[in-house]
Amino acid sequence: MVRQATSENHQEIIKLVNARKIYQMGTEQVKALAGVNITFNKGSFWAIMGPSGSGKSTMMNILGCLDRLTSGSYYLDGKDVSRLDDDSLSEFRLRYLGFIFQSFNLIPQLTVQRNIELPLYYLGWDARESAERAKELAEKVGLADRVGHRPTELSGGQMQRVAIARALANDPHVIFADEPTGNLDSTTGEQILELLMKLNEAGKTIIIVTHEPDIAKHAHSRLHMLDGQIDRIEGNSK
Amino acid sequence: MRQTRIARNIWLGIENLLLHKLRSFLTMLGVVFGVGSVVAMLSVGEGASKEALEQIRKLGSNNIIVSSRKSAEEEATSTQRSHMSVYGLTYEDYRRIASSFSNIQQTAPVKLTRKDSRLRERKMELRIVGTTPDWFKLVPREILAGRVILKSDQEKQAPVTVLTEFGARKILATESTIGQTIRVGSDQFEVIGIVKSESGQAGNIQIPDQEIDAYIPIEVARRYFGDIFTKRTSGGDESEMVELHQVIVQVDDPKKVEAVAAGIERMLQQFHKKQDYTVSVPLALLKQAEAMKRRFNIVLGSIAGISLLVGGIGIMNIMLASVTERTREIGIRRAIGAKRRQIVFQFLIETVVLSTIGGLIGLGVGTLIPFLITYFSGMITLITWKGILVPLLISMTIGILFGLYPAVHAAKVDPIVALRHE
Repeated sequence: MVRQATSENHQEIIKLVNARKIYQMGTEQVKALAGVNITFNKGSFWAIMGPSGSGKSTMMNILGCLDRLTSGSYYLDGKDVSRLDDDSLSEFRLRYLGFIFQSFNLIPQLTVQRNIELPLYYLGWDARESAERAKELAEKVGLADRVGHRPTELSGGQMQRVAIARALANDPHVIFADEPTGNLDSTTGEQILELLMKLNEAGKTIIIVTHEPDIAKHAHSRLHMLDGQIDRIEGNSK
Repeated sequence: MRQTRIARNIWLGIENLLLHKLRSFLTMLGVVFGVGSVVAMLSVGEGASKEALEQIRKLGSNNIIVSSRKSAEEEATSTQRSHMSVYGLTYEDYRRIASSFSNIQQTAPVKLTRKDSRLRERKMELRIVGTTPDWFKLVPREILAGRVILKSDQEKQAPVTVLTEFGARKILATESTIGQTIRVGSDQFEVIGIVKSESGQAGNIQIPDQEIDAYIPIEVARRYFGDIFTKRTSGGDESEMVELHQVIVQVDDPKKVEAVAAGIERMLQQFHKKQDYTVSVPLALLKQAEAMKRRFNIVLGSIAGISLLVGGIGIMNIMLASVTERTREIGIRRAIGAKRRQIVFQFLIETVVLSTIGGLIGLGVGTLIPFLITYFSGMITLITWKGILVPLLISMTIGILFGLYPAVHAAKVDPIVALRHE
């Protein structure tokens, strides 16, 4: 299976084949994903959209290796990750993925620098090298003068920049952004989006989950979900 | 590399604990007191057993002490006027004991009287111990000056005496010691030596020597003072005739002490109509005393153990609360790629750091307590390496034991749920 997968197109970074995710809610079965087939290419910029309950969060969790499919397959960079155990999924998250959340999800007791260093800590980098990298990344997101501050001393936009820097620390293949501008005013949101677009131009694959069309329009392609299935796809899937 | 990583993890743990200084400190207190009480308890226990060993040495671990005692019947009749009580060990008993048992190494007879002794105007009552040179082998004490009684003194029935340190100080004061003549009762004795005394109680066992002893050859004691002692009481004179007050027996093998003691008891039974003697075995009494101390230590240890347990539960409680409080942090770490065991490790390190620091502080408190105990009660306490390492290891173990559940609990957190946690 792995060999078959690796023989496929090098442009593909993410591929779902007949992906199903079924939750048992009491006696009822909820089909959060009801047989999804889709391929995302390297360097693409996607927005996953849909009303609440459409399965877009489940989609995000599956793609982000935070959850496993009930059936079907998920190929990440050509490797089938749908049957991996918890440790291996953690390893994939650590090496391939970066996350940005609506509520920033910075660790409040750690400084900006320590927050950015977090993935490097788990990658086993030594303290000096990770400090250097964290400072570089802070500079990249425009927060070079804030590395010693704690998240609570920052504005929402600044916190999200820290989160982006942290998501970049492990040089991920794919960056997932779950409503990244949801807690920000429109101007700051715009700046964050610009930052993401710049990252995309630099070659990162970016997948945003949002229900706001204004945000989604910045993406190259839009995937509309409805009742656990793909409703439609807009834009050019580069 | 590996080592620095562990050091870094520990440092991160300390940083996290420092965020809630008061909480960490209060959490630690349980372990502090637990370890403190264990250390104190161990030091008291060690001190007690050291004391016991010291007493065995003083008493002579192979010794049997046979003492004269007024029998119960005698006690009842002795209130009558001009009655003379005759009881106790005889010279014949001494001879028989010394010659009948092959396991007996040496024996010393002891004849006791109390006499006023004086050197010019200085006067004090001494306990005159009539004995043989064997005494000094059975009750080995440091010779401070001169020499002890020798066989030749015995043969010559020389009026010589060996004083103990305390008595010598009182009587001789600053005068040159050896060769000085003192008056004992109405007789003159030449001081030939001074020994140290180690009087004191060993539980309920009287140590054979006292600090006001004056040792003289037994033949001299018998000839000068006789076997009859008269005591002036309000009801008139009370006389008693006792040939020997004690016979101290040394057995060659500690394992045979009790058997020989039983043998002596049987033999004395044959020749004495009344129970006017007691046979005491210091070793057996010490064994009893030690068994009691051991039980005492177990009780103390259990109490200290309970306080450690309570400390551990306190840690577990706080860590569980901390895990709930930090659910979101755990979710973030997991989303970033931390494995379950890394989360376990993170929380475990925090508890172990907490309990180890608590243990170290407890060690400080625990080493202070024995000093206070010794200062206020005079009880001997002893802090050994074992007494320090064991509680420290226990506190670390408690950290691991009681930290494991909260840590595993933390690692079980589902990152998806945790990230939504407020």
